[in-house]
Amino acid sequence: MADVLTASAPAAEKSERGDEIPLLEAVGITKLYGDFVANDAVDLEIWPAEVHALLGENGAGKSTLVKMIYGLLQPSAGAFKWHGEPIVLSGPAAARARGIGMVFQHFSLFEQLTVAENVALGLDNAPLAGIEERVAEVSKSYGLPLDPRRAVWRLSVGERQRIEIVRCLLQDPKLLILDEPTSVLTPQEAEQLFRTLRVLRKEGRAILYISHKLEEVRALCDTATILRGGKVVATCDPRAETAQSLARMMVGGEVGAVRSDGSKRLGQSRLVVKNLSFTPEDPHGVRLDNVTFEVAAGEILGLAGVAGNGQDELFAVLSGEARAATAESIRIDGKDAGHLSITQRRRLGAAFVPEERLGHATAPRFKLSDNALISGHAASPMVRRGFIDRGQTLAFVERITKAYDVRKAKADPEALSLSGGNLQKYVVGREILREPRLLIVSQPTWGVDAGAAAAIRQAIIDLASRGAAVLVMSQDLDELYEISDRLVVICSGRLSSPRATRHVDRGEIGMLMAGVGMKGKGEGHATRA
Amino acid sequence: MRLALERRGERSLLIAFLSPLLAIALTLATGAALFALLGKPPLEALRIYFLDPLIDPWALQEIVVKATPLVLIAVGLAVCYLANAWNIGAEGQFLIGAITGGWVAVATHGTDAGYWVLPAMLVLGALGGAAYALIPALFKVRFGASEILTSLMLVYVAELLLDWLVRGPWRDPKGFNFPTTAEFDAVATMPTLIEGSRLHFGAIIALLVVIGATLVLGRTLKGFEIKLVGAAPRAARFAGFDDKTLTVVTFAISGALAGLAGIIEVSATINHLQPNISPGYGFTAIIVAFLGRLHPVGILIAALFLALTYIGGEAAQISLKVPLDLTKVFQGILLFYVLACDTLILYRIRLIAAPKVAHGVR
Repeated sequence: MADVLTASAPAAEKSERGDEIPLLEAVGITKLYGDFVANDAVDLEIWPAEVHALLGENGAGKSTLVKMIYGLLQPSAGAFKWHGEPIVLSGPAAARARGIGMVFQHFSLFEQLTVAENVALGLDNAPLAGIEERVAEVSKSYGLPLDPRRAVWRLSVGERQRIEIVRCLLQDPKLLILDEPTSVLTPQEAEQLFRTLRVLRKEGRAILYISHKLEEVRALCDTATILRGGKVVATCDPRAETAQSLARMMVGGEVGAVRSDGSKRLGQSRLVVKNLSFTPEDPHGVRLDNVTFEVAAGEILGLAGVAGNGQDELFAVLSGEARAATAESIRIDGKDAGHLSITQRRRLGAAFVPEERLGHATAPRFKLSDNALISGHAASPMVRRGFIDRGQTLAFVERITKAYDVRKAKADPEALSLSGGNLQKYVVGREILREPRLLIVSQPTWGVDAGAAAAIRQAIIDLASRGAAVLVMSQDLDELYEISDRLVVICSGRLSSPRATRHVDRGEIGMLMAGVGMKGKGEGHATRA
Repeated sequence: MRLALERRGERSLLIAFLSPLLAIALTLATGAALFALLGKPPLEALRIYFLDPLIDPWALQEIVVKATPLVLIAVGLAVCYLANAWNIGAEGQFLIGAITGGWVAVATHGTDAGYWVLPAMLVLGALGGAAYALIPALFKVRFGASEILTSLMLVYVAELLLDWLVRGPWRDPKGFNFPTTAEFDAVATMPTLIEGSRLHFGAIIALLVVIGATLVLGRTLKGFEIKLVGAAPRAARFAGFDDKTLTVVTFAISGALAGLAGIIEVSATINHLQPNISPGYGFTAIIVAFLGRLHPVGILIAALFLALTYIGGEAAQISLKVPLDLTKVFQGILLFYVLACDTLILYRIRLIAAPKVAHGVR
């Protein structure tokens, strides 16, 4: 890779780093939406060969700021300087031309196209020929495994994110902006990404790193700028701070820890999965192989695993979106459920929260009251003799809003207009308020701010303590350690034996996630690790 | 300075109402330019086309008569389109409805069959249209064939079938070799609403269909299912709704309504079968459905407007000596503008001034 530092412009001003000047400087950046101040006179300096964290809760103004840096929005006041020169970033193309790349939290990929085609579309004047080789090469050298020829719609969230990262790296950026990049990665994958980022830093590139995960910011970043309410409240060296002190600066107060009441009494098994094998219709999907586990009343079972190892298929077959081959391979509350539809399983007292908030759990352009019907029509007074009771659906939205503090601009907005954290609270609340006896939830706090994540985890723990069985699928190990009683790992469609969470350490889980020590045909994978 | 489309947070309700009106205004402006190019006085032409029919009692009745099949077909199409099933072949289902319903009239001709004839014609017409619409639906569900192509191609099959029937087996032996069936008996004729006028009972049926569809789409779980499957298929599967079954159901509904429109049209206004029984109602109804925002009440209004273009087109042909095909040109331009204006519901247009480099930065 080229040495980008040689491109430095002549020094135009002094700073505490002597003659050097920052790569990018934001001076008094303000962004107004009507009366609302999204960014209030934000100053920021990003230096070459620096990993710079941008911390803040949802709504603190992080996204607005980086969108201006990437040219997607124009500041209402203030200016950016690049190598000390005032610049105008009129659009993403202009930003890319300067050497600014960005990996978004929400991906912009064409589902029907392949990985390579998506990468080619995102590059400015890229030759289509040879793109597959280049993708394979970059993905290999930076440890981001990807098959360039696979169609995007077959990929998991984690794999989709890798496409975005590879796409950026192909443009040889001087400043790389990453928005919550580790939210779908395993500890090992995250560690691999950190190694990648450290290599990039060594190459002289600057990285602007947006995250809620304080520990990883402390492990990775050289500088942290903390935003609250659109203002910079602190700029610090995160390595000199504790996670607690960073959290305090972010929220401006203490963050409540999740509590369970400790004394757990487990009841009978509410979900019994026995010798469940499942071949998905999609030829590139993951085959589930002889999956067996139980979840008891009052218990939270955590399911860890790298994205794309059969979680999607397991969720589909457990929820009833796909049917199992035999009815008795899935029993819900003592009844054979493998052949039942999702609606019939809901009537047995089950509830489901899928990974994708928008488009799967909710219809983006539907109002919250209509979205309440998606799971609510199965068993509730919202529908009588085929007619929808609007009063009931609106009242249900009101109950969710109150119980889970869903912030919204009006009483019944479209799902799309809610922030990620608030929509997730709505979706989780929608299922938990039905008082299910079995809850299966995938990625409950993906891309959700610390406050909302704590509230959601607390709600799950409270539901279990009221006697429900809960299966949590998550790629956030911290989360699983925090809330689950037992842990089980999925790898290539096979499950490890469940272990009590307090008796199993992260190293062991990490090995299982990589397929080492799996029962059955696990030996074949041992050589890979 | 540049123009940019900026995504709205929520869809704009105001624009959703205004966009069809804006589309109509743009169509009129384009129409005026078109007339000017043809060497006709534009304002005069627009008056003959769009205003004169509205002050003539005969033309007003004709508008309702022409709007009736449009409403029936377009409501069915809206149900399909909302569910993301693209039935383009309503014209064919219309013809098949006329054939299957008309068969009763042909078979009972000259007998002393009682008052059951007309109801039987309506039921068979609807069933025939539904059955014909099921062909593309089942092909899509079973084999993944594009319903857009198959439903469209079946239109021509239906046209040729009707043509063959009225020239062959069903031709009136006393009809001087004209390709028509015998005139329908009184019991096979749709009653008129007012003695001596062409306003017929079919308009009432269309109104009832509008009311029924408004209720189903707005208030029932089935309506919610239709809209959810169309708007967010993955969420619909999560809700437990089966999109394949729904494709079949919505095609059957729209086919039934198109078939019903066909037999009503034949029994009320033509009174026999002949090769040409539709001036393209099945295709015009596609425009009606979109202009009416896929909402039954909107469709009612849009159908009246499109019916006006038919009547105005005939008037313009007589007094301005312009070709009747101008009607189709107007309808095409209108559909174009309707779809274009819909962009404004989700996006707003903004003038973005070239950003100035901020001065006075230290």
